[in-house]
Amino acid sequence: MKVLMSGNEAIARGAYECGVTFAAAYPGTPSTEITEEFSKYEGVYAEWSPNEKVALEVAIGASLAGANAMAVMKHVGVNVAADPLFTVSYTGTNGGLVIVTADDPSLHSSQNEQDNRNYAKFAKIPMIEPSDSAEAKDFIRIAFEIARKFDTPVFLRTTTRLSHSKSVVETGEPKPSGAVLEIRHDPRKYVMVPANARLRRLAVEERMKKLAEFAETFPENRIEMNDPSMGIVAAGMAYSYAREAFPEASFLKLGMVHPIPAGMIRAFAARVDRLYVVEELDPFLEEQIRALGLPVAGKEHLPFTNEFDPGIVETALSGKAANVKALPQVTIPPRPPNLCPGCPHRGLFYVLGKTKTFVAGDIGCYTLSFMKPLAGLHSCICMGASVGMAHGMSKALGEGGHGKVVGVIGDSTFIHSGITSLLNTVYNQSDVVIVICDNRTTAMTGMQQHPATGYTLQGARTRQLDIPSLGTVLGIENVRVINPLDLKETREVIKEELERKGPSLVVAQSPCALLLKKKGGEEKPLRIDPDVCTGCKVCLGLGCPAISWRKFDAETEKTFKKKTKKQEGIAVIDRDLCNGCTLCSQVCKFKAVEEAK
Amino acid sequence: MESKVRSILIAGVGGQGVLKASDILSAVIIEAGMDVKKSEVHGMAQRGGCVTSHVRYGSRVYSPLARKGDVDLILSFEKLETLRYLDYLKEGGRVIINDLEVYPPSVNMGEAEYPPNVIDLVADHVDTVEVIDASEKAARLGDPRMVNTILLGVLSRHMDIDTAVWEKVLRKTFPPKVVGKNIEAFHLGRKD
Ligand SMILES: Cc1ncc(C[n+]2csc(CCOP(=O)(O)OP(=O)(O)O)c2C)c(N)n1
Repeated sequence: MKVLMSGNEAIARGAYECGVTFAAAYPGTPSTEITEEFSKYEGVYAEWSPNEKVALEVAIGASLAGANAMAVMKHVGVNVAADPLFTVSYTGTNGGLVIVTADDPSLHSSQNEQDNRNYAKFAKIPMIEPSDSAEAKDFIRIAFEIARKFDTPVFLRTTTRLSHSKSVVETGEPKPSGAVLEIRHDPRKYVMVPANARLRRLAVEERMKKLAEFAETFPENRIEMNDPSMGIVAAGMAYSYAREAFPEASFLKLGMVHPIPAGMIRAFAARVDRLYVVEELDPFLEEQIRALGLPVAGKEHLPFTNEFDPGIVETALSGKAANVKALPQVTIPPRPPNLCPGCPHRGLFYVLGKTKTFVAGDIGCYTLSFMKPLAGLHSCICMGASVGMAHGMSKALGEGGHGKVVGVIGDSTFIHSGITSLLNTVYNQSDVVIVICDNRTTAMTGMQQHPATGYTLQGARTRQLDIPSLGTVLGIENVRVINPLDLKETREVIKEELERKGPSLVVAQSPCALLLKKKGGEEKPLRIDPDVCTGCKVCLGLGCPAISWRKFDAETEKTFKKKTKKQEGIAVIDRDLCNGCTLCSQVCKFKAVEEAK
Repeated sequence: MESKVRSILIAGVGGQGVLKASDILSAVIIEAGMDVKKSEVHGMAQRGGCVTSHVRYGSRVYSPLARKGDVDLILSFEKLETLRYLDYLKEGGRVIINDLEVYPPSVNMGEAEYPPNVIDLVADHVDTVEVIDASEKAARLGDPRMVNTILLGVLSRHMDIDTAVWEKVLRKTFPPKVVGKNIEAFHLGRKD
């Protein structure tokens, strides 16, 4: 059947059809839907692991038992999983092991733009890269075939554009993989002490040599001869862009980006007048082709940053300016992402933004609080960094830092990589206040379950992590639980804990507004009484999308009964957006906010 | 010989149904026997940001992304969003605008101005502009969410695809309870 599928749906479908039965992952845009979609198929096991390192180790275990298993993550997830990655490259596996890495050129929703093709070379692991959904579905099967044939983990690389664009896929029936599940002992292969690892190290080089030979005849590396004056080497989405920008050119389309088929590239170069590489981000292929002694052009024309489109590729390589009209001369106000109306993070950061502290932040919806008007978060490096950074800053500042350093981390992020650093604040005793924003979900990536939600990816009820108790067990003496939508309580507890010596833990508990909406809870929208509102704008300081400022026009200017001479307008609440969190009524000194009728 | 690829850009604001509309449009194109690719960005855009979708079709499509200056038609669910992507339109391209203003946060806060003359600015810039009061029409039909079906009806006038194909896909897309209303909404847009 012909259906429209995103690259992510196609990877999930392809995995299911070729008999993959096991997936472990941690969510992260643009990879999340692969695991979500896969988990819905019959007869498969899929889990959200607490982080990517655990996910990869889980998948390694499953494949040692003979299963075809995949570990799925966004590009920066591979950084977290890098430790097991580099050594499972030595051991290989019994079943198939595929690591799906979803890169994010243009940083649509990431903190950096790293090119994970470099991991393939670094860890000596083959990598294949599809260029549309139909290929995505085929390539996941091919990835497992290569994994089993060469006893190697295999990378499947996707990018945001591939993961989130949709194209036509022909679906088929699932085939059993023939995997034999059993325990096999082979200490020389699986116990990586130096003596064994030295031997495996040689096996890796042998394997890479064989893979390089395989690449020469791999059918997904193919030459498409056309006009020989221009020859383009490309893979993945960049191939699709280049193919469209230069329909007359000749192509060497690489399905496998590591290792590269040197012989094939030489042969192609000999048949064309000028050789180009079209690739997003790093000159990964280009440098290797140049190392073959072939003259090639690429990054001297094409950008190192951001994703391409056919226009960018054509303009860069042809040198001709594109025929694009300028936009009309007018300032277009942007629409930055914002915390939702009723988001519990708003209360916490409204309070933190008014303290004279450094708030080491982390990654999640709450990171958006760095923006005005809340401006209550002052750093964001990677998942889990907040706690360690706050500790380090407090230690460096010494006495001068007392009461001035806060670390804030989301519940999913805390479980991902904040627990060990929280332990460190106790072990090495710093003077920090760590706040966990416990909104009962992984909101940023679309509401995934995690160990503190009480449910698994496939919907089973499970033991629920009790975060405050964990803090106590780690040795925190002052564990406080607050409701961040209660500003008075939040203000008081933060103040007390800042004054106290030693590490404190504040767990700010209130469910995500979208979670409440999904559960269909009753919402009581609020309104602002225009006869009471003084136009002081304090409520606008919450940055709530439901509250807007209505400046008096000439007419109302004359007729309106102003509360002060200087009043210029009133605040209004959009009742369709408001969920009745009451933060605005808590900050309004004039009691202008009431329940909407 | 491969036929020319056509590109449609759908723009709007989170929650307006832009992605649903581009899904339906793509399904119609497949049903009509053509190749299609469509692009959209999830993630941060979900939090109240702009939403755009490129839909590209023809006998064989490679890139899911259109290039600037090469889009045949912009279908905009919100006035301001039209301006943001106008540089994608090709010479002689068409713009369909839903006559609706959704204020960005800076306008809500009184820090920026919503350009007062969006339609004029667009009209100065391109040859064919159609302004449709789809949000009002949808409200009259009793469900504001039907904006996207009405706008698809308007769009369908500029595509060479049988009404029967559209109806077939609409029937497959919507649950029985709302199918009738949506087909009515589609024709409301198509006839105008
Ligand atoms: C290593 C790594 N994995 C995954 C991500 C993607 N990601 C960003 S924030 C986040 C989780 C946020 O959840 P939580 O901490 O609960 O905060 P919330 O969004 O719910 O406020 C994820 C999975 C990432 N940036 N880095």
